[in-house]
Amino acid sequence: MSSNDKQIIQINNLNKWYGDFHALNNINLTVNEGEIVVICGPSGSGKSTLIRCINYLEKFQEGEIIVDGTSIADDVKKIRQVRSEVSMVFQHFNLFPHLTILDNLTLAPIWVHQNKKEDATERALALLDRVGIKDQAEKYPNQLSGGQQQRVAIARSLCTSPKIMLFDEPTSALDPEMISEVLDVMVELAKEGMTMVCVTHEMGFAKKVADSMIFMDEGQIIETNKPDEFFKNPESDRLKLFLNQILDK
Amino acid sequence: MKNKANFLSNYLNNNEIRAFLFQAITVVAIFYFFYAAFDNMFDNIAARGISTGYGFLDDESGFNIAESLIEYSSASSNLTVFYVGILNTLLVSFVGIIFASVIGLLIGIARLSSNWLIAKLANGYIELFRNIPILLQIVFWYNILLINSPRSIKDSANVLDLIFINSRGFFMPKPIFEFEFLIVFLFFLAGLVGRFFIKKHYNKLRDETGKSTNTFFHSLLLVVGLPLIVFFLLGSPIQFSYPEVQGFNFAGGMNLSLEFIALALALSIYTATYIAEAVRAGIESVNIGQKEAAYSLGLTKTQSLKMVILPQALRVAIPPIINQYLNLTKNSSLATAIAYPDLVGTFAGTVLNQVGQAIEIIIMTMLVYLAISLFISFVLNVVNAKLSIKGR
Amino acid sequence: MATYELKNKKNPPISEIGVIKWLHENLFSSLFNSILTLFALYLLYLIIPPLADWLYFGAEFGNVTNDQCTREAACWTYIGKKINLYIYGFYPEEHYWRIHLTFALVAVFSFIPRLFKNNPHRFKLIAFLFISYPILAFYLLYGGIGLEVVETHKWGGLTLTIIIAAVGIVASFPIGILMALGRQSKMKVIRFFSVLYIEFIRGVPLITILFMASVVLPLFFSEGIDVDKLLRALIGITLFQAAYIAEVIRGGLQAIPRGQYEAADAMGLSFFQKTSLIILPQALKISIPNIVGSFISLFKDTTLVLIIGLFDMLAIVGLSTSDVNWLGRETEGYVFVAFVLWIILYSMSKYSKNIEKRYNTELDKEKL
Repeated sequence: MSSNDKQIIQINNLNKWYGDFHALNNINLTVNEGEIVVICGPSGSGKSTLIRCINYLEKFQEGEIIVDGTSIADDVKKIRQVRSEVSMVFQHFNLFPHLTILDNLTLAPIWVHQNKKEDATERALALLDRVGIKDQAEKYPNQLSGGQQQRVAIARSLCTSPKIMLFDEPTSALDPEMISEVLDVMVELAKEGMTMVCVTHEMGFAKKVADSMIFMDEGQIIETNKPDEFFKNPESDRLKLFLNQILDK
Repeated sequence: MKNKANFLSNYLNNNEIRAFLFQAITVVAIFYFFYAAFDNMFDNIAARGISTGYGFLDDESGFNIAESLIEYSSASSNLTVFYVGILNTLLVSFVGIIFASVIGLLIGIARLSSNWLIAKLANGYIELFRNIPILLQIVFWYNILLINSPRSIKDSANVLDLIFINSRGFFMPKPIFEFEFLIVFLFFLAGLVGRFFIKKHYNKLRDETGKSTNTFFHSLLLVVGLPLIVFFLLGSPIQFSYPEVQGFNFAGGMNLSLEFIALALALSIYTATYIAEAVRAGIESVNIGQKEAAYSLGLTKTQSLKMVILPQALRVAIPPIINQYLNLTKNSSLATAIAYPDLVGTFAGTVLNQVGQAIEIIIMTMLVYLAISLFISFVLNVVNAKLSIKGR
Repeated sequence: MATYELKNKKNPPISEIGVIKWLHENLFSSLFNSILTLFALYLLYLIIPPLADWLYFGAEFGNVTNDQCTREAACWTYIGKKINLYIYGFYPEEHYWRIHLTFALVAVFSFIPRLFKNNPHRFKLIAFLFISYPILAFYLLYGGIGLEVVETHKWGGLTLTIIIAAVGIVASFPIGILMALGRQSKMKVIRFFSVLYIEFIRGVPLITILFMASVVLPLFFSEGIDVDKLLRALIGITLFQAAYIAEVIRGGLQAIPRGQYEAADAMGLSFFQKTSLIILPQALKISIPNIVGSFISLFKDTTLVLIIGLFDMLAIVGLSTSDVNWLGRETEGYVFVAFVLWIILYSMSKYSKNIEKRYNTELDKEKL
């Protein structure tokens, strides 16, 4: 998928500590524009921490992260710049319960990107249609099912026209029968050329759309490979063990 | 024979019949209890020579009340005492509610501060004042004020020649509003209206062009600046009456009794601890994911606070806070202990002692508090209905 | 494509650990925070030294008279002289052992069931102990056959406070349960009276209930029967507390899934069996933190009895400072009473938080 060589995310020698605990150990990673990267690994391996560093929800002590030319630092302008180009979909959706679905979507376009209300509403409704929720626009998040809420969350992330989308275990909190409706939307996005970095356990999804697989354990990147090789010929022992555990089901 | 027995047992085992009988017996028992009690009561009352009925309300009270919001003298009726008491209760409760809210809000936020020292101090405040009974706090502050206040007028503590403190209370300048002040006030109201329309205009502008304008200074100009200008243009239509020594007392100015101050202070400090906890619970109830989602969408800290976090925090915090207002009002009845003339102290205290008709008096007193409770419950329900997050 | 070598974990950079970091993050993380810290330190400087001086450093502990005792700081001698009054009220000194025994028996009676953990008659034993204790306690405190009578108007101080709180807690509980069940009842009359009772009591201040009990209650009884003053207060406090306990338990009842009621009905249990074996145990367990909170409030409310003429700890302050020998020591008295009550109430609230924590982790374990 990624014939374009433009590096849109560069992570160099990233190190992060929680107090004494070394959470991310010398991470080096590049993501090209339009690339789909899937990160997997056992819990506690630092996968979520890593992608949350990309939009500065987590701070890091050593190394650098460059997103579309901007090097992330504790600087309000830079952070705002990065966050306007990077969107995140959370495991627990994090929709704003006191606002309607429509207001959830138009909030950022109006208040962050200075869009006109009419334009924002039009775009929001179009996106809701795209994820299949158009007729729920005036409802409140708690009136929707989990799968519907997550699709709304994806639509909300798309409203700000991001260049990169981060997915933090987007289907882990869903009941099994709702997982596929969310994955279908994500596959659509992948096919349209969105740059995506996903932390997920859904290997079927990964096999279908990933350009690059990354395996993490204990805060380090252990192995990366193209999906075919990754699943068929895992090199490291830890990856072999991990694949045995999850693919056995 | 057998059929009759069956019929009876069927009848008695029928659930509906049983429920009916149970309730009927309860009603009879309750009514009998009250009948017997009241029967004795009327006998006892007659034996003691106490009258019944509400005629006593028209009688002269025959005693003085230290502070009152309305005209009162020892020639006023007992009914007037009732009104004076209610007004004093409402006054001290109102003042207490305001201060408790301010202090509680500050302490609640401080409790969550990232500054270790501030958070610990706020926690210490809460743990200290929550675990001492309110009555003890009331008499304690009253005691502190009493022993530190000079007895004679001459020795009054003097703050900038404006405020004088002695055992009769705090004497301060009292603002007297001249007629022109009404015009200033009208301009203030106009400012509020203007602010409403300005905001509406800029909201519309933002909807149409996307550009948002900060209307803070517009509001400031209209609501504060405009009335202020009018105020000076009209020649500053406020006069102050300053307390000055005249003989053995102060003349002019206004007086806040030590009793009032002690009561308001204690009630504020004590209730603030509960309000602080409610504020803290409200803020903590908002999932951290909400803040993260807001940030990752690009909202600034202020925007996130105003549009995502506070709306949710307030929904959780406001109902218990309103409940605390009710508690404060009920606790104001402890004024009796330090002789502040609230409803209980004057009416259920002095009048009751003089007239002896305890039942009528205590019932009237209870009804007042019940009315206040019902009112606050009503407000609470309205607030809850408006704030509720749909779907939950 | 690539496999990486596993690296060892490193230590975080120096500025991330230690005292400097702590100070920086917690006290001086920003200009605003630094100003706050300095402001807080200034406040402490204003308050702590004078307070410490008054309470301890300048205070008098020795055996002196009131005139010799300092007026600049606390005169704890006064407390020392009056300590018996504060703790025992007017109870005759030679009979203090009866109070001690009464409280010691609580510990003993609580301990006895543990000796019979596997005995089938254990439940009956607990019931027996539970019923016999109040009778025994009353006998010890009041007197009767063989023991000299000590009238209740002599009871006072901390002892009285504890007695009122204990009786209030125990007596209000069953009434509160009945009211809570009544409020849930499908029978309209029962529900009506329960709601009426609960909302009425909760809408008025405790002081009015105490006045009612103190002044009106005696009138309900036939001429000649004199209701003991303490008993009136106990009735008032019990009826008051019952309404609040009822609401707490109602919360617990509402938290029980409908399925529990339905399963009990399906098993053919009677109302009484269903309620006492299935519903109440669960409701009470869920409500434990709030029940403890309610008791803490009750303990605070016992101070109100001073207004109707009983001599709890707070009342003793006023009483003992009108003693000619110890005029003007109210502040010391209030501080002492505040200190004692604070310790008791703070311990109770810490205990409540512990229970809540333990209960929450138990719930979490059940979920797993």
